[in-house]
Amino acid sequence: MTILVIAEHDSKVLAPATLNTVAAAAKIGGDIHVLVAGQNVGAVADAAAKIAGVSKVLVADNAAYAHQLSENVAPLVAALGSGAGGTGYSHILAAATSNGKNILPRVAAQLDVDQISEIISVESADTFKRPIYAGSAIATVQSTASVKVITVRATGFDPVAGEGGSAAIEAVAAVHDAGTSSFVGEELAKSDRPELTAAKIVVSGGRGMQNGDNFKHLYTLADKLGAAVGASRAAVDAGFVPNDMQVGQTGKIVAPQLYIAVGISGAIQHLAGMKDSKVIVAINKDEEAPIFQVADYGLVADLFEAVPELSKLV
Amino acid sequence: MKVLVAVKRVVDYNVKVRVKADNSGVDLANVKMSMNPFCEIAVEEAIRLKEKGVVTEIVVVSIGPTTAQEQLRTALALGADRAILVESAEELTSLAVAKLLKAVVDKEQPQLVILGKQAIDSDNNQTGQMLAALTGYGQGTFASKVEVSGDSVAVTREVDGGAQTVSLKLPAIITTDLRLNEPRYASLPNIMKAKKKPLEVLTPDALGVSTASTYKTVKVEAPAARSAGIKVKSVAELVEKLKNEAKVI
Repeated sequence: MTILVIAEHDSKVLAPATLNTVAAAAKIGGDIHVLVAGQNVGAVADAAAKIAGVSKVLVADNAAYAHQLSENVAPLVAALGSGAGGTGYSHILAAATSNGKNILPRVAAQLDVDQISEIISVESADTFKRPIYAGSAIATVQSTASVKVITVRATGFDPVAGEGGSAAIEAVAAVHDAGTSSFVGEELAKSDRPELTAAKIVVSGGRGMQNGDNFKHLYTLADKLGAAVGASRAAVDAGFVPNDMQVGQTGKIVAPQLYIAVGISGAIQHLAGMKDSKVIVAINKDEEAPIFQVADYGLVADLFEAVPELSKLV
Repeated sequence: MKVLVAVKRVVDYNVKVRVKADNSGVDLANVKMSMNPFCEIAVEEAIRLKEKGVVTEIVVVSIGPTTAQEQLRTALALGADRAILVESAEELTSLAVAKLLKAVVDKEQPQLVILGKQAIDSDNNQTGQMLAALTGYGQGTFASKVEVSGDSVAVTREVDGGAQTVSLKLPAIITTDLRLNEPRYASLPNIMKAKKKPLEVLTPDALGVSTASTYKTVKVEAPAARSAGIKVKSVAELVEKLKNEAKVI
């Protein structure tokens, strides 16, 4: 069995989610290869070669793969997966990031196999667990596909070491350019705080924050704790903060050591994104709020008094 | 141009689902069903494109049980022109649905297909991408803005770090994110009118599509319950607990 892991990266830096995906691959067992597709991705390939447990890094460095457009990257992965131009793969894995979710189902359809989304555990080489209904149920699913195409929920797996490996790097010459899509531009949010999905502590605000300005209270607290700042859908829809901060079924899935929910009621869709956190703290003035049913420590208080006081004490 | 919108009948997003005692699935007997929220956004976007004069006809399609006609009628009441139901009683995988949609696309030849980014029951987030692969069209997934100009469409996508804009040649596939638009409500007169709009019923066999799959659900369980926590009385007590009891700060 040989497993192909698609590296998550922004052309400069290998994203931590790749390490969690390799960890899932290691649980399946077998040789692990990592594919780095993009343009000018030498540094990413070098970083991928150092991941513990990886035996080979395939690098597809071409203008067609810049910005990892699905229309061009999916045929590349499908060709590698089916064995065209080399050995085939038993599994193809990618992190369940916006990139992985965009590309992998396209790969699966090209290989004519079903895809398994967002696995949280590996039971055996063909059996996996994944949450359904916003995490209200956990399904155990089995695949008889010749190539098992799977996205991995990063928070379900502890990352492998990013150092210590010494995989061979091999160039992939094949170029697929479908010509149906092109990159126009991007607008990325800038932040000095840790990345939301990888942070050890997350402080999140909801509708109770009342406006975007008030999020400064959370930023102060987050900076004291070295935490990332998240938000509920209500806070994003109201325009308090940008959408890439949303935690939940349709936003990011986090499982930090400590999750502090401030002014968040705790709808099913929000809980889906954070209920695997180790310790959950809720600060809310409504003592009936559903968030208190999952919180390890609940404080019924006005957040505008409690949060500044908390910042002072930690 | 013609636009095809795919909608799915799912358990209402407000329902707290329960896992069946025999672990065969979740209990959907006597549970409120609705149109998947992301599909509502897809329907709304198609209607807005029609109102702008970009789209001339909206065909809405659902793949599922006979009862999915309710969701198709809802879409017709909102402004779709006609509906197609591909009737299948069994639960289909995303790939099977994508194959059936491909057959409908071949038949209808739309310039744009709009789907939700994911269904809130299976949480797969696959069908649109798979349909794009099968048709060979470009895909604009997780769309928060859609602008058609000439023979291409610019799609702003919600990605992990922020937003990204891609340009796709038409025909193309788009999947909607929550922030694309705010769906409207159907008015009573429109609900009455929708009853007279055409609704065609097809079968996978008639479309010549096999829905066999490589995917099987072995069992469905309730997630591990979190043990009940405690309420603290003050911020000082909270900090003390986090430092000494939970040891997380």
